[in-house]
This record gives sequence, structure tokens and C-alpha cells, in this order.
Amino acid sequence: MHLTEEERALLAGEQGAVRQWAVRHQVAVGEFFDAPDTVPVSQAHVMADTESLGGVGVEWLESLAAMPEAERRVRIPTITDPRGLDMQSYKRLGQTEAMAEIEARATRAFEALGVLMTNTCINYQTILPPVHGEHLAMGDTGVAIYSNSVMGARTNFEGGPSALAAGLTGRTPRYGYHLDAHRVGTGHFVVEAELRDLADWGALGGIVGRAANNYWQVPVITGLTRVPGSDELKHFGAALASFGSVALFHVPGVTPEAPALSDAFQGRAVPPAARIGANDLAAFYATYAAPGDKVDVVVFAAPQLSLIEMQSVAGLLDGRRVHESTSLVVTTSPEIKFAADRMGLTRRIEDAGGVVAAGVCFYQMYAREMAEANGWQRLLTNSAKLVNILGGYGYKPTLASMERCIDSAVAGRVL
Amino acid sequence: MPLVLKCHPGLGPVVTGTALVARDNFSARYDLDRKAGTFSRAAHKLYGQSYVDKIIVLVTAKGGVATAWMLREMAARGVAPKAIVLDRSNTILAQGAAFADLTLVDRFEAGDPTGLIRTGDEVRIEPSKGLVTILNRDA
Repeated sequence: MHLTEEERALLAGEQGAVRQWAVRHQVAVGEFFDAPDTVPVSQAHVMADTESLGGVGVEWLESLAAMPEAERRVRIPTITDPRGLDMQSYKRLGQTEAMAEIEARATRAFEALGVLMTNTCINYQTILPPVHGEHLAMGDTGVAIYSNSVMGARTNFEGGPSALAAGLTGRTPRYGYHLDAHRVGTGHFVVEAELRDLADWGALGGIVGRAANNYWQVPVITGLTRVPGSDELKHFGAALASFGSVALFHVPGVTPEAPALSDAFQGRAVPPAARIGANDLAAFYATYAAPGDKVDVVVFAAPQLSLIEMQSVAGLLDGRRVHESTSLVVTTSPEIKFAADRMGLTRRIEDAGGVVAAGVCFYQMYAREMAEANGWQRLLTNSAKLVNILGGYGYKPTLASMERCIDSAVAGRVL
Repeated sequence: MPLVLKCHPGLGPVVTGTALVARDNFSARYDLDRKAGTFSRAAHKLYGQSYVDKIIVLVTAKGGVATAWMLREMAARGVAPKAIVLDRSNTILAQGAAFADLTLVDRFEAGDPTGLIRTGDEVRIEPSKGLVTILNRDA
């Protein structure tokens, strides 16, 4: 792997141990993927919730934070994915003081590195939207797939250590989705179902994701009867990335790299289409269905809610009350929470018995421990991504539209 | 002569261990109970089995980015696999293996390793050479 003169100096430790670690890590990963060299990136996004970091990860961050200031500060705007705990709401969710303590330590360490604690997985809606052709180091699979597909930017799934390394060097190994050769469509899916709700978009992402089934597949979607909005593509992409580990999709006529179907395949032959109909969507929902079951918790999260989704939740809850044996949890970004507070949306959701948590996302906030503390098992959500993840955390997840989720939260059972 | 499989040069140290094989995928966050050291997603083909100190052989890496941190944390607590062998890794697992100094290899000349290696095989992995030797089977 070719390194710049500066990278060779960093590797030799000439600017300290932190940047030396960063380049060493990038060389190991780059050589694994046969990267020819590195590429400058303009933003890094670090996934580092404390559940994933554990004590070991936090101690490692603290060891970086203890280095001299000039050696430890990131060089490009470096922002964070949701945290493990919201200091304002953690007690109401059954999270512990020990969790709050480790969270505070991780935050202090990141701040010492110059990282901006944005704590969001919807940074493309709320912080600094990526630009067509921009090279990035994005953690969170939902952020990466949206940046690549909807914005036409270029990033791999960058795990926490790699995104932080990119922040420290301002570059990342040039492999995978930084290269044109990997951005060509590999499969063709024709949608023949009407998509009525955000959950339907997530279900579609889940179906395509199951079919694509690995990181190097690039699905191309046709047949949509209208141009989807940002929240719809957010749920579609997040589910596609979650079920399929997919990092890029094209929608001819909608996404920037595919004005036409032939562009999505870079002029190569278009593969035979797989058709997705209403029966496929129904079968997807049926995988998780549990009609009549008692609902322990209703969750709106994964990805964090936009201001528009917050308004929808508030509107559906107005004048109603969440059942006494059911919890309702909404997670959003700190910026959106601030706006929702200002516009009265938070109050409307919480007056109906919900909890609005900021800077967190449900599966990144000790979901297993919250389940044990609150006696939660049957979970209802409109996020296909969340139903995919939480099975491994001991939940019984069910997917439904936002409207049906709220009707069920009020009834206390799956409607 | 033991059976030798060639793969792309990988990450981490040379290791020898017992294989645990399935035609399924891998995500530390989605699939594992990282306290008990077992596969915990009911739909996973290795559900209920311990992965600790095993050479796990699966098809690809799935799920979110958390695995990049989790492997190192699992290794520090002694509940990590000894190595991971895949048909094709994604970026996250490679980044996590690099961060954890865990052995990872993929891209075999003879195809998907879940069809080449069997559960219970004694396997030696030499990542820098891109070699996996099945010690209990002859070429």
C-alpha cells in the first residue's frame, strides 16, 4: 500500500503514538482489502456507544486522551453516533448509575480528542449533509448507506476505531466504496407493491437486504411510483444495511449516480429482475407478527426520528394515554430534541405517557439490561432495522406501522 | 500431508484451534450473548453453542459497526473466538480484527470455506501467508 511522505512519518511515530496507531491500523485494514493508497476524507463519524466499547474500549480512549494535546486532536470534523445513555432520561428507562458513569468517561475522552458529540445517526438530515463525490469515513451502517446512495458520497462502513483513525489522519484507505469498480449495480429489484408507511419502506429494505445478503452487493431498485422522501429512504437504507450488510443502492431517476437504469449498471447488462409484491411485504410482516400479545414496550428509533416523525408521533398520541402496563420510548438526536422541546412536541408525547430520549438509539443503549430492568419482552416498533437487531437481545419484536404501534401502545396489546 | 487451503493474506497472529462451522453469517451485536460466550440469536445455525476459543467458520459478516469495538472487548474478557474464517469479510469485521489483533482470513482459492472445513477439524491459520491447514485431514 502506497503511503504519502507524511503518512510514513506518522507511521514512524514522528507525531506521537496516537497518530502512529491510526496509520498502523489503516495500513492493516487497507492491505487486507488491497487498497492501493489512502484518500483524503472531509468528515468522520464515530460509532462508539459505551455498550460496544465496554470498559476496555473506554480505557483505551482515555489512554489516547492522556496524550499531549497536539498529538491527540482530530484533524477533520469528527462527530459521534448515538451514545449508550441520555443523562436526562436514563433513570426513567431503568439504566444504572454505573452506565451513566462510564458514559461520562467516554464523553470526556472524546472531547479531549476534539470530537464533536453530535450523538446522532441522522447527521445527514441534521448536521452537515454529504455531497456527491465527497469522500467520508462514516460509522453507522444507516449513515453510510444513505451517504453513499442518496447523496452520492463515498464511504465504507467505518467502525469506531477506523473512523477515529480517519479523524486523526484526515485520510482513509482507498478500497470498497471509494472506488468506481465497487459502485456498479449487482442485482435488480422491481417493486410492485404500494408502500404506505415508513415501516413498509423498512420492510422493503429488509426483503432486498435478505436477498442481497452481503457487503459487496449493490441492489438497484425500480418500479417505485413516486420519488421517496428523506425519512422513507432513511428507513429503507437502514433496513437494507441491517439485513444485508449492504452499503450502497441505486434508484434510477432518484439517486445521483443513476439518472437511468443503464447508469446503475455502468452500461453493463441489466440482470434479470426480482419482483417484490404486496404478498412479499405481507410475508415479511408475518415473520414478526404476534396478534393479541401483550405489548411491553413500543419503540420509535433506529434511525433516530426526524422532526417530522416526532410531529407524527405527537399527533397520533394527542388526547390519548399509553396503557399503564406498556412503555413507549422515542429516541432522537439532541438537535431534534431541542427543536421538539421548543415546538411542544416532546411535551405532547410525554403527557401521553411516552419517554423522549435524546442522543441515543434503542439498540445502542444496553437493550438487554433495559429489558431485564423493566420486564420488557414483546416489543412493537415501526423500524425494520430494530426488529432485526433485537431478536439477539432477548426481545420478541413485532413490526407495524407508526399508527398501529400507537394504537397498540394505548390498548396495551398488539392490534 | 495435511490438507492446506490457500486464502487472501489476513490479519492477526498464527493460531491453532478447533473449528465450529455453519453456513450462516456473523455479527457480534446481532448474534452473540457476549457475556455467556454463546450464539444467542434463535435463528442462527449455531444458536446456543459456545464460540469461545473456537475457530469459527462462517460465510460473511453481517450487521452493524459495533463488532469493530466488540472483538477487542471480548478478547480482553476471555470470551472471544480464537479466529474467524469467512468466505468474504465485510469492512467492519476486518477493522475489528485489526483493532483486536484477532486472526481473520477470507477469500479462499477453493471457494466458500464452510464447504471445506468441518466442525471439529483441528485447524492452523497462518494469516500473513494466506494459509489454512486442516491438521486432521490429508490432502
